[in-house]
Amino acid sequence: MKRYSAFAVAREGLRYHSGWERAWRSPEPKRHYDVIIVGAGGHGLATAYYLGKNFGITNVAVIEKGWLGGGNTGRNTTIIRSNYLQDPSAAIYEKARSLYEDLSQDFNYNIMFSPRGVIMLAQTEHEVRGYKRTAHANALQGVTTEWIEPARVKELVPIINLEGPRYPVLGGLWQERGGTARHDAVAWGYARACSAMGMDILQKCEVTGVRTENGRVVGVDTTKGAIDCDKLGMVVAGNCSHLSQMAGFRLPVESVALQALVSEPIKPCMDVVVMANTVHGYMSQSDKGEMVIGGGTDGFNNYTQRGSFHHIEETVRALIETFPMVSRLKMLRQWGGIVDVTGDRSPLISRTPVANCFVNAGWGTGGFKAIPGSGWAMAELMATGHSNLAEEFSMMRFKEGKFIDESVAAGVAH
Amino acid sequence: MLILECPYCGVHAEETELHAGGEAHLKRFGPGASDEDFHDYLFMRENPKGVHLERWRHVNGCGKWFHAARCTMTLEVFGTYTAQTSEPPQEIKDKISAKRPGWTWREFSA
Repeated sequence: MKRYSAFAVAREGLRYHSGWERAWRSPEPKRHYDVIIVGAGGHGLATAYYLGKNFGITNVAVIEKGWLGGGNTGRNTTIIRSNYLQDPSAAIYEKARSLYEDLSQDFNYNIMFSPRGVIMLAQTEHEVRGYKRTAHANALQGVTTEWIEPARVKELVPIINLEGPRYPVLGGLWQERGGTARHDAVAWGYARACSAMGMDILQKCEVTGVRTENGRVVGVDTTKGAIDCDKLGMVVAGNCSHLSQMAGFRLPVESVALQALVSEPIKPCMDVVVMANTVHGYMSQSDKGEMVIGGGTDGFNNYTQRGSFHHIEETVRALIETFPMVSRLKMLRQWGGIVDVTGDRSPLISRTPVANCFVNAGWGTGGFKAIPGSGWAMAELMATGHSNLAEEFSMMRFKEGKFIDESVAAGVAH
Repeated sequence: MLILECPYCGVHAEETELHAGGEAHLKRFGPGASDEDFHDYLFMRENPKGVHLERWRHVNGCGKWFHAARCTMTLEVFGTYTAQTSEPPQEIKDKISAKRPGWTWREFSA
């Protein structure tokens, strides 16, 4: 792998850019791998990357039915934050956020991490109390957040209307080192680094069956033939129920559509990320100038990667109250992804009833921010059989009643 | 946009008139049930890629709960039926079979 650098740009500029190589290889599958990861989205690629980097396991294949990063990794609103209420969530999301800080240097690939700050608006008395509680919890967890008053919110976000007719802004939970990153680049950076370690990324290769013997996983059947493995990691988000059924067990998740949209590009007007959970809307401005807007999920099970139009209308209508200028914007594009939601709105990083088969799923509406931490924990679990970060996220927690209840703490914009 | 016919008032209601109520024909387990049954009843929802049976409520209409048979892959609606049943009527099963031969959902099939 050739390194990217200012010198490389200059060198290629002098020879008509003829020397750039492909960022990752597209090999044919081998007969056997030590580890197969199903799903080449952010979480799957991050799992493979940390298996190689932290544990030296590089005989790894990452199998993807479409193209890498083409699912929820390329469909989210790219928000990164770790201001969660519960200790296990704060630990893994803060691990992820701190890894994002120097991921570009780690990869030698610019993921454009922009720690511009995230505000979660409190627009009801209930939210004020909730976010103050979260700020106190974060102080104990070592996550830097603070409660800010409306005047400070207005200073950070001049385009905001504090005296909304229904939901006035009563303050906010401010995480200064939260922000955004380029979502595609996160997947591409991980893929390039995995490929450089000798791992095979097999795109357009769909898993059609999971083979088990005596309760242990031995391989997968794919559209490119059977491939054997010692350990299997399922990291396929919305399709995890479908895949787990192939291995003969069920997961406590439901798949629903989550949508996002962007406006036409406009001049810089908001240099932080703002989330308004009461009205189910969140917004940031991309480097291209588009206002990136996300809302809530649809209410019914769906695998179509498109959502209901009235949800977009609701999201935008809610945002217009808080940001009147949004009413003057033309919306350019809208899209949906299929997110897998668990009963307590927290993810699963877990062993499964099938030996040597592990699952990383259930990130619901908030997976992007967790990618590095999720991969770190999943790799540790797969390599050593135990991970402190992942321990509380076992799928057994529902039976034991040890929920990590973030649906109250984070509302819909998770 | 999803449009379901309410089996009570006959209105072809679109999504904003309806409220999704989750998996249909749940068998309830409570005190005295095994841990396994209680866990499955609370958390293990059917999440099929294909034929799905669900509960809906005509919330901004007649207000009544009913059932719908739908495909989660195509958003196609096979039919709706009343809430006073613990399994889909044969007529609905036939409608599903006409488009998805060999379908199964939980313990139900054609």
